[in-house]
Amino acid sequence: MGRKLLLEHINVPGINSFEVYRQKGGYRAVEKALKTLTPDEVVEEVKKSGLRGRGGAGFPTGMKWSFLAKPDGVPRYLVCNGDESEPGTFKDRYLMTHIPHLLIEGMIVSSFALGANTSYIYLRGEMMPQIRILEKAIAEAKNAGFLGKNILGSGFDLELYVQPGGGAYICGEETALIESLEGKRGNPRIKPPFPAISGLYNCPTVVNNVESIAATVPIINDGADEYAKIGIGRSTGTKLISASGNLNRPGVYEIELGIPVEEFIYSDQYCGGIANGKRLKAVVAGGSSVPILPANLILKTINGDNRLMTYESLADGGFASGTMLGSGGFVAYDEDQCIVRNTWNFSRFYHHESCGQCSPCREGTGWMEKVLHRLEYGHGKLSDIDLLVDVSKKIEGNTICPLGDAAAWPVASAIRHFRDEFEWHVTHPKEAMERNYGLANYADPLPKPEDLHPVN
Amino acid sequence: MSDKVKVTIDGISIDVDAGTSILNAARQIGGDIVPPAMCYYSKLQGSGGKCRTCLVKVSKGSEKDPRPMPKLVASCRTTVMDGMEVQNITSPEVVEARKGVVEMLLINHPLDCPVCDQAGECHLQDLAYEHGSEATRYEFERRTFDRIDIGDKIQLHMTRCILCYRCVFTADQITNNRVHGILGRGDAAEISTYIEKAIENDFSGNIIDVCPVGALTDKTFRFKNRVWFTKPVDAHRDCPTCSGKVTLWYKGEDVIRVTARKDEYGEVEEFICNTCRFDKKKTNEWVIEGPRKIANHSVISANHYEQLGPPPVIRKNPALLEANKEQFERSTKL
Ligand SMILES: Cc1cc2nc3c(=O)[nH]c(=O)nc-3n(C[C@H](O)[C@H](O)[C@H](O)COP(=O)(O)O)c2cc1C
Ligand code: SF4
Ligand code: SF4
Ligand code: FES
Repeated sequence: MGRKLLLEHINVPGINSFEVYRQKGGYRAVEKALKTLTPDEVVEEVKKSGLRGRGGAGFPTGMKWSFLAKPDGVPRYLVCNGDESEPGTFKDRYLMTHIPHLLIEGMIVSSFALGANTSYIYLRGEMMPQIRILEKAIAEAKNAGFLGKNILGSGFDLELYVQPGGGAYICGEETALIESLEGKRGNPRIKPPFPAISGLYNCPTVVNNVESIAATVPIINDGADEYAKIGIGRSTGTKLISASGNLNRPGVYEIELGIPVEEFIYSDQYCGGIANGKRLKAVVAGGSSVPILPANLILKTINGDNRLMTYESLADGGFASGTMLGSGGFVAYDEDQCIVRNTWNFSRFYHHESCGQCSPCREGTGWMEKVLHRLEYGHGKLSDIDLLVDVSKKIEGNTICPLGDAAAWPVASAIRHFRDEFEWHVTHPKEAMERNYGLANYADPLPKPEDLHPVN
Repeated sequence: MSDKVKVTIDGISIDVDAGTSILNAARQIGGDIVPPAMCYYSKLQGSGGKCRTCLVKVSKGSEKDPRPMPKLVASCRTTVMDGMEVQNITSPEVVEARKGVVEMLLINHPLDCPVCDQAGECHLQDLAYEHGSEATRYEFERRTFDRIDIGDKIQLHMTRCILCYRCVFTADQITNNRVHGILGRGDAAEISTYIEKAIENDFSGNIIDVCPVGALTDKTFRFKNRVWFTKPVDAHRDCPTCSGKVTLWYKGEDVIRVTARKDEYGEVEEFICNTCRFDKKKTNEWVIEGPRKIANHSVISANHYEQLGPPPVIRKNPALLEANKEQFERSTKL
């Protein structure tokens, strides 16, 4: 059984209350940081821990913190990104619902490290229960002297606010989130300037994912070295994975980074294999934005190595044969699932969620959705497949924010790996309406590297 | 003056002030290497970055950090660095990406130029002509919106809008109260006023001038004429509200439209007030300065030949070109 740092006490009754959380050793990290460490020492610990952003991009958190500009007389802000709206990702909501004080504790430690005296938790608008849960937790923490003026006599002041958004995926993009927090329309800003220089109210700002902030608690409690012992290479610590799809045991799992993907899917400790005795066809490993992989490529890299749950291993092979850990939204598809339909469904989401600022994303996402709809419903043409690839290329890299890329990648990767299935939808339109293409050869063993590049 | 930095665009070097954008550096060089800009407007703070037509490739970041930039960048919002090398029309990648952007801008456009008042001075028309392809690959129903009157002087034809946000910045920055904005998201986003309010403001008419397409048009000019049949004349009046410097658009004896004066990039020189724009349409209300010079490539110049360019044979041959120039100078001296 892997170590649990975030969800260790998740099953303790009443852990969502301050009292029980405190009994279980909660708020020790605040005491340790505020009483024995300087803000810079906290930043240094987080740097040493190797923690990487859990919101999708995987940028080293400590490094991000050290980029924060610190001009005199200008406030700095820490904003927690709780917008979590990526299809397939639901770990932050789980954490905030069941163990809200972990986030509050992390917010205090992180705000102290950054010198922020006002910090915000920005939540997606639909998370009504979580808003109340967090506000109650904030009130409890304040009552116990962990928030407000002169916390634990350290001279450090902190006010924490929960701000619900309107329920837009795009408000999870950090600069759109900042706009929304300022009360404006949630359009991503054009960078530079980056939030570390000019963010909320034009002041230096750090935006971090819920899980990244929560992870600072075990890092401070146990020390960076202890944290960095878990994991492989530059993927240290534990990661929450939201597992869904055709799995026997879907749910939120805390894994030690580095376990094999195969173990995660099939071990009874985790997902317990594919439901109903079916076989695995494909996996979206990091939330809807990352490239989809067929079963054979998700279990092994193109070189035949075991694929591991790490940033590096999942990305092995680049976009040709790899994917990304992203936000850890792990969706498994069994042999009865239709890749064309799934791709259409994802593109429908991005079409709906584009903010509409820049032309390639505003127009291209809708275009891709319409073409995919036509393919799925048996009216497609063979040329549609190349058209989709071309449109996705016209969007990718040419937009203001990464939502354009996130819309392009699932389409491009589905066609890259499942072209047969797309073509079958065109050549067998009637059949495609009645049955699915099935597993085909998507789970076949990968050819050995030496067969691909014979040495002579 | 602050420090100068050197930037090279498509092989042409120029020294510009630190802080200049790539687009503005290109404009200082001029000619074919200037990226098209549909949303950036130099007089409007914060504009640009949205339409993506001005994408360029930075093949060398700077003297200090020569690494190329990983993606194409919006030249209107990217600051030049010393030693930067930029490729615009010399990069096939840029040309291809721009073609893609133009296609995106057109897939939902109604292409109703024959009945659009903006035709002939529309930047989207020019852009599509210069950078687009002849046929569309889009086979679905185009997005449409109802036309709405925002007040009695301005009509909004949202179907034509490219969401450049210029009119929003204009209302924010040169009027004292913005009452319109962007509602909705993605390709359902639209310019609108909340609950169909009229835009009434001394300077609201300027949103017509900044609009690069025919989405915001002057109702007092609606369907009166095609712009290329009208003659632009610079004029001014003593106006208590604005500079009073305008262009009058004549058809025969009649002023049928008043606009601000626009430069070669279609940007106004000075914003004008609604009184000048909508209510002063008699010649005797103005002091006439002379004909407005319009860029040669514009159809508006079609009836106003300034001078003929040399025919292609001459243009290609440097010796002939020199001889032609001398000949031209001699004949114009006479
Ligand atoms: C379209 C879009 C949506 C995003 N949504 C989220 C989100 O819901 N939650 C999140 O933490 N990060 C989201 N991100 C990533 C954030 O922009 C940002 O990188 C992240 O919050 C940084 O935190 P981290 O460094 O702790 O990962 C999104 C990015 C994009 C482009
Ligand atoms: S890429 Fe899409 S979501 Fe991002 S700014 Fe552009 S239109 Fe908006
Ligand atoms: S109405 Fe015109 S100026 Fe306003 S956003 Fe649309 S195209 Fe731009
Ligand atoms: S002019 Fe630069 S993006 Fe529109």
